[in-house]
Amino acid sequence: MVKRLVVGAHYGLRDWLAQRATATYMALYTIVFAFAALTLPKMDYAHWSALFSGGLMRFLTFLFFMSLAYHAWVGVRDIWMDYVKPLGLRLALHLVTLFLLVGYAGWAAKILWRL
Amino acid sequence: MSEASVARKARPKFLDVREIRLPLPGIVSILHRISGAGLFLLLPFLLYLFDLSVSSPETFATYKAIVGHPLVKLILFGLLWAYLHHFCAGIRFLLLDLHKGIELEQARQSARLVLIVSLTLTVILGVWLW
Repeated sequence: MVKRLVVGAHYGLRDWLAQRATATYMALYTIVFAFAALTLPKMDYAHWSALFSGGLMRFLTFLFFMSLAYHAWVGVRDIWMDYVKPLGLRLALHLVTLFLLVGYAGWAAKILWRL
Repeated sequence: MSEASVARKARPKFLDVREIRLPLPGIVSILHRISGAGLFLLLPFLLYLFDLSVSSPETFATYKAIVGHPLVKLILFGLLWAYLHHFCAGIRFLLLDLHKGIELEQARQSARLVLIVSLTLTVILGVWLW
């Protein structure tokens, strides 16, 4: 019988798999983005903002930030689980991490859809 | 007394972080964690810069001024390395998950490759973007 802790791991494959799926997506996006950004004719506001205003790139970038939030959640949670032993402190850190990442994801969405 | 318990007693405890000498794959692994943590901690700063850079020509100028500061450039240079190391080491871990390159010698060589490629790319991109 596994002893279940509210701030323990989820004892499953889901987060492990999600971390790798999001990593794969972000790696592919990084290559596409790097190519698109480095081949911009000129690094000015017009060209740079146009890069993200197209429907496809906006969608792909949005997916990148969603992936980043999930990926970072698993990674940072693992760090807290490895080094922070007191349960109350660990729970607090988990919640702060979660709130920050959800906030960042919302911020990223706001940036992208204002374009 | 069994042989196993004798061996266990004789095993030295050696957990002084200043004394532990990590092998190359261990260095890549801990740097993967450190670079990830650094990227997470500075993510709001990067989002702030992204926000400025795509909001309006005026905020784009502000963004340019901020990233033009030598200290900010140094931080971004560090983040560029963190991203590239996390990227390269991450691909290595994905391949290890698929049981590619799990032999000791291959794992050492791929760890060395990750360190070299991420540092080289950081210097090339860093000099280009400076």
